[in-house]
Amino acid sequence: MNFMASKQPENSLLGPEADSQRTLYPYVTGTSVVALKYKDGILMAADMGGSYGSTLRYKSVERMKPIGKHSLLGASGEISDFQEILRYLDELILYDNMWDDGNSLGPKEVHNYLTRVMYNRRNKFNPLWNSLVLGGVKNGQKYLGTVSMIGVNFEDNHVATGFGNHLARPILREEWHQNLSFEDGVRLLEKCMRVLLYRDRSAVNKLQIAKITEEGVTISQPYSLKTYWDFSAFANPAQGAVGSW
Amino acid sequence: MFRNQYDTDVTTWSPAGRLFQVEYAMEAVKQGSAAIGLRSKTHVVLGCVNKANSELSSHQKKIFKVDDHIGVAIAGLTADGRVLSRYMRNECINYSFTYESPLPVGRLVVQLADKAQVCTQRSWKRPYGVGLLVAGLDESGAHLYYNCPSGNYFEYQAFAIGSRSQAAKTYLERRFENFMDSTRDDLVKDALMAIRETLQGETLKSSICTVAVIGVGEPFHILDHGTVQQMIDAFEIAGEQEGPAAEPDAAARQEAAAEQGGSTDEGVAPMDI
Repeated sequence: MNFMASKQPENSLLGPEADSQRTLYPYVTGTSVVALKYKDGILMAADMGGSYGSTLRYKSVERMKPIGKHSLLGASGEISDFQEILRYLDELILYDNMWDDGNSLGPKEVHNYLTRVMYNRRNKFNPLWNSLVLGGVKNGQKYLGTVSMIGVNFEDNHVATGFGNHLARPILREEWHQNLSFEDGVRLLEKCMRVLLYRDRSAVNKLQIAKITEEGVTISQPYSLKTYWDFSAFANPAQGAVGSW
Repeated sequence: MFRNQYDTDVTTWSPAGRLFQVEYAMEAVKQGSAAIGLRSKTHVVLGCVNKANSELSSHQKKIFKVDDHIGVAIAGLTADGRVLSRYMRNECINYSFTYESPLPVGRLVVQLADKAQVCTQRSWKRPYGVGLLVAGLDESGAHLYYNCPSGNYFEYQAFAIGSRSQAAKTYLERRFENFMDSTRDDLVKDALMAIRETLQGETLKSSICTVAVIGVGEPFHILDHGTVQQMIDAFEIAGEQEGPAAEPDAAARQEAAAEQGGSTDEGVAPMDI
């Protein structure tokens, strides 16, 4: 007697044959994004690195992009998935504009849309391998939120992805306050990015800082941070280390 | 309106360029019991006449909450109205779920109009026989729209649909210029006055009408009968003392209505829905 073997439907993403069609691991990745709310809006920073495993392969990757009139999206993780997300959002904004009425999608709406997309992909075991930061200003209201590849989302006064959570957020918790000026905000972000540059192996020394206010989005030209490597401990790092080999 | 050889289905044009089935659908709206709507900068009020078929039965529901920020009053085939309300509620809740934000009224109204238009261009469908007064609040302020079976929609300061709505429209036309700056309570009073106009002399009581309000800081809700009766009492007494808007005929009509009040209270009401 033959019992019916349970068969997957044709379009299922589970089972060994489907592994070539769904995301199992990331390949070209971006590292931390750090963002904070300041007096006039949101400031966001990300370096321009696209790593291929442990190789720092691409050094001019723009990981922050404006979305519509009111939002700014920064992404870490798989770069090709970020590009896919940009295509989704492009279509979303296009249809929003096609209504041609006085309404437009603000940062809150875009953030929630992204949450739905990320969570639904995760449930199908085919995630978009990104951690996203979405910031913006609409009608004087500042908004800053984040979504992870498994759909975890929340808003805060300052957010970060990846290593930024461990290295940048403690600095921000200590030094962030309401109504930061633009200069203070940039200084704070640069402090965070410098720590990440020293300590995150996937960081590259070429970054951009983006600002979004009621007026619109500005993304700076790429630039580098000054670093100091002449600490005596760096000169002979193995000195005093005990080892058997 | 008389029968002719071009009115059998909605996909047949008449030589004069008319779609009779669509026009007949709009007739159904005109035969339904009255619904009125008016708005200010911050509030929208909907009102309708609710006549029960007999003392034994309950009256038909003609005002529906679609979302916290949108409500609708219908006139015509109330069954069609119920179905469209369900569609509107679905659209609102889906949008809220995806964007965590209320659906802008203007967009809902366009979706509704497009849905109605489809029924005017398919041979196996018929137009919806219901007119909808959509009241809503969004970023750009308070709005009142009218959606008709033809698939057209218009924005209004104030409007009335259904049977004897012309009387209400006349009343509203006289007063509408003040509505933008009206307070919420004045707007409700104007709505009750407009409803009274459609009753043609019959006493206005909270048992035969329904009023709903939506405004800034006030989600869409239907006023309970106690509150409505209070407001009716408040302005009917003050009716004669009212300012320039109250004409001497209004006062005379009120006295006449008070006398007739006893006889029109009993017995069966005419079935006009």
